[in-house]
Amino acid sequence: MLTKRLIPCLDVRNRRVTKGVKFQNNVELGDPIEMAVGYSDGGCDELVFYDITASAEGRPIDIEMVREVAKAIRIPFAVGGGIASLDDMYDVLHAGAEKVSVNSLAVVDPELIAEGARQFGSQCIVLGMDPVKTDAPGFGSGYEITIRGFRERTGLDALDWARRAQEMGVGEVVVNSVDADGTRQGFEQELTRMVAHAVTIPVVASGGAGTIQHLIAVFEEVHADAAIIASMIHTGEYTIRQIKDGLIAAGIPIRKKW
Amino acid sequence: MIAIVDYKAGNLTSVKLALDALGAESRITSDPGRIRSAERVVFPGVGAAGAGMRALAEANLGLVLREVIGRGTPFLGVCVGMQLLFDRSEEDGGTKCLGLIEGEVRRFVPSNPLEKIPHMGWNAVRQVRPHPLFSGIEDESEFYFVHSYYCAPLVPSGIFGTTRYADIDFASVVCRENVFATQFHPERSGRIGLRLYENFLRWDGRPGC
Repeated sequence: MLTKRLIPCLDVRNRRVTKGVKFQNNVELGDPIEMAVGYSDGGCDELVFYDITASAEGRPIDIEMVREVAKAIRIPFAVGGGIASLDDMYDVLHAGAEKVSVNSLAVVDPELIAEGARQFGSQCIVLGMDPVKTDAPGFGSGYEITIRGFRERTGLDALDWARRAQEMGVGEVVVNSVDADGTRQGFEQELTRMVAHAVTIPVVASGGAGTIQHLIAVFEEVHADAAIIASMIHTGEYTIRQIKDGLIAAGIPIRKKW
Repeated sequence: MIAIVDYKAGNLTSVKLALDALGAESRITSDPGRIRSAERVVFPGVGAAGAGMRALAEANLGLVLREVIGRGTPFLGVCVGMQLLFDRSEEDGGTKCLGLIEGEVRRFVPSNPLEKIPHMGWNAVRQVRPHPLFSGIEDESEFYFVHSYYCAPLVPSGIFGTTRYADIDFASVVCRENVFATQFHPERSGRIGLRLYENFLRWDGRPGC
């Protein structure tokens, strides 16, 4: 049986892992390579790295870091932040990443994403989306897609966007709730459920994980294929082993041996 | 020297890094001479079967692969590298493949729309027959998969591992003499996947234990 994936997220700025709340007030947590090895040895199923300042600073992603991660761990990892061209995608994948994660770029230049999926394969391209709740008319799902770290609204409905992403050829969608990010109050369940049922590609829930119960809920009730965790493990409150034991006890299919 | 066959079908870096981690000397290459003289051959691949077969033909590698396999060189196919060993694939409107293992490659058709395509993530491999490449690997260990098509071998005795997804138990490991092939990515499958590569490095190409 296919297992549900637990994916620690490492936000990296100047080669240090940081974590904020709702994309702000970041504090430093440690060295990305050491943390990647620790989580991989600890039993996580995949990792994702976001170079959170590359885009704002207008520079390419830190490829040397990607190379070091690829040397250090033997599980799949995705890299995002600052991907602006097919060359950037090639560089990240060739350095040893399994996937590239694109977000704002997909809104600005969807054709580039489609071309990336054709050239490198759908399974290599992950679409990250940052939807925010809205009462404005014209949003069937009640969520609008934002870009550039929540700073810009796009006018795109979250469900329409997820379906379009699938048509573009992306292999997976990460639904990152801006409202829930870093709050540790649980995933945005309804949003995740809507996206999981709207597309036939895997859906990753992100933003808000604080307890094992939150993870059980997102896997069992709204059928996320994977979940991103950050604060709950970065603070040391939980180990991945503890989380997995809790999920296994609840009957969730989880990778048990590593 | 181990040849990692480069036919422009995807990213081979992780295969190379896994072999590096084991201290094995390997080279990513499309050079027929290097592949012919290699002690062992890894035939990876991601992406579509049609593009893969075209790329193999353009690089004139089909015959070279037949030759090394015919000569008994230990040979490991991975993911699309496994699928291309079969007679044909349903992908890309029907693709004729290398025909080294009898059978065809079919698309998953899940009856439950929440079983997503691609089959992506960690899934258990049931070892249905013993093999030296399973040495030290517990039965039902999970490996990392990412694929939308699966291999359906004609001869059941060639199936060494099976995995359940979308209502079927598909062949996730096949072996025929010196050719061993996995649908999953051992190079992405942590310590257990690395163990499979380690076993491959010791394997003499004979199926016995």
